[in-house]
Amino acid sequence: MTNVEKKPKARPPSAEVAPEAPAASAMPAGSPASVSAEALAHGGGAWADFRRRVGGNRGAMIALGVLALLIVVALIGPFITPADPNAQNLRAVLLDPFSPGHLLGTDQLGRDILSRLIVGTRVSLLAIALALLVAMAIGVPLGFLSGFLSGRFDQVVMRLNDAAMSFPPLLLAIALVGVLGPSLRNAMFAVGILMAPRFLRLVRGVVLGLKEETFVEASRSIGTPTWMVILRHILPNTLSPLTVAVAVTAGYAMLSEAGLSFLGLGVQPPDASWGSMIREGFLYFGRSPWLGIFPGVLIALTVFTFVTLGDGLRDALGREERTES
Amino acid sequence: MLKFFLTRVATTVPVLLLVTFVVFGLVLLIPGDPAVTIAGPEATVEQVAAVRERLGLDRPMVVQYWDWITSALTGDLGTSLFTSRPVATSIGDGLPVTLALAGSALVISLLIAVPTAILSALRRGTWLDRISSIGSSLGIALPSFWLGLMFVLLFSLTLGWLPATGYVPIEKDPAAWASHILLPALTLGIAGAAESARQLRGSIIGVLQQDYVRTARAKGLRGRMVIGKHVMKNASVPLVTVLGLQITALLGGAVLVEQIFGVPGLGQVALNAVTTRDIPVIQGIVLVAVLVAMLSNLLVDLTYGYLNPKVRPR
Repeated sequence: MTNVEKKPKARPPSAEVAPEAPAASAMPAGSPASVSAEALAHGGGAWADFRRRVGGNRGAMIALGVLALLIVVALIGPFITPADPNAQNLRAVLLDPFSPGHLLGTDQLGRDILSRLIVGTRVSLLAIALALLVAMAIGVPLGFLSGFLSGRFDQVVMRLNDAAMSFPPLLLAIALVGVLGPSLRNAMFAVGILMAPRFLRLVRGVVLGLKEETFVEASRSIGTPTWMVILRHILPNTLSPLTVAVAVTAGYAMLSEAGLSFLGLGVQPPDASWGSMIREGFLYFGRSPWLGIFPGVLIALTVFTFVTLGDGLRDALGREERTES
Repeated sequence: MLKFFLTRVATTVPVLLLVTFVVFGLVLLIPGDPAVTIAGPEATVEQVAAVRERLGLDRPMVVQYWDWITSALTGDLGTSLFTSRPVATSIGDGLPVTLALAGSALVISLLIAVPTAILSALRRGTWLDRISSIGSSLGIALPSFWLGLMFVLLFSLTLGWLPATGYVPIEKDPAAWASHILLPALTLGIAGAAESARQLRGSIIGVLQQDYVRTARAKGLRGRMVIGKHVMKNASVPLVTVLGLQITALLGGAVLVEQIFGVPGLGQVALNAVTTRDIPVIQGIVLVAVLVAMLSNLLVDLTYGYLNPKVRPR
């Protein structure tokens, strides 16, 4: 373990930051110091500390806000679309944005782009959730057992993990979907399998570290049963690093979904996801670039939100977690 | 060094074996009777039987695996179910193209990532750092295929500087090769650059806070010497790890980029195979891609062990 512990610095170490720019440096540097003082005063559980620190991180809070908005759109989407997302109108194809009745224009079949983007939100977010569920269902228990039991079991699992990680991710997903048949469910199942090693390695590492901690040892020495140690001390402490991993992985899951749907291996017509909308607009790009620009911007925005959220959460953890994210 | 070499190679073998199980096992994942599925919905009973015989699906699993792996070792990956071409030939056509694309993308991504990371780590907390960190988050967030489309729209359709699609082998015309590969490689390289820049920035900042850097500065060493001699050498440890992951990811990402730019690489072959459920081709491509990824990772690790004695086992 060559982990370099990093304490939040009150001041940037470089001398280049001139003293005449205090307003700029006060914002990111000031908050961790006060937060750690607050955490000290509280001395609550790791999870409570983590939540408190996230609350003080502006980037993470904005990202959470955007995410909440996306979730709301996903939930109520079908009820607020200005038009039927799958209704074709061949007399109004490839309309530009701000056309009457079609705020963002129409696609090659005359379908309302805004409506399709709205219903696509639900498809995309559900796809991410599915992939994350699969990845965690495989990765978390295996990683936990691997870290907790160590020994032979750990070695076998880590070899399997190495094997899984040596596949070029997208290619394996494509192969799996090719074998199982193209559908969004199969695609996200494949993506979930690909993401599982991230969780496995993370949880294993955390559990391995926790086993050596004094408070775990102390608890054991006063005769706490193993299940109690796991429930009270180990599991709660895996929660915050897991949250970081979920945020980062969600971004990658989104990109994978978009990529597979773009290749026609994800969501099937006439349903729309942002990735499949780019695929459909591909051929009409020269004439109507908006077809591809809107969904692309939404994908980028969502992934950016997840990445920012992950960064903010990681900062809130108080150290730079070096998982290969 | 020899011990390091041998242990590193030895750990690769069981992983490789597991990989072959997985690749071979792909056929087991086909829902229902694989022969019926592969033959298609309109196939007659005879056709299904023919498929079953050709793939050897009527024989025990162990025998099937043994036959497959022994012929794979001799370079025979079977024949395509649809084009009747040997799988190895199709892969042989596509692989050099994909390697050229992935290699150029890797070079581009390092050319962007290394200077960006150094600059933003040294000017940590300034507007330069903030811009580059937002830029790298964006670089990760932009879907590569979408970025590729934007490049086509801008550089090919609007400005007309570079060809939108196609590929010219380098031995035929190096200039044409370069102009055809530039946009795809840039598209593929940007995401990698963003990722590497983030990792490298973090590790440089970590090294900058070490005592030996302070000592080097304190004894009056010039800034350039400190960075070049002490910081970069130690900060490149995680970069090598990232490089290994990057190579694997580039091979996968190439599929999307090849599709957009019409580059006749491995990804195109894979995609065609997937749409027709051409199982031997899918298996062959996945196997070869994993082999390439593992070999390049092995090479990276060995070079690294050679350069840095710290990572060798004692």
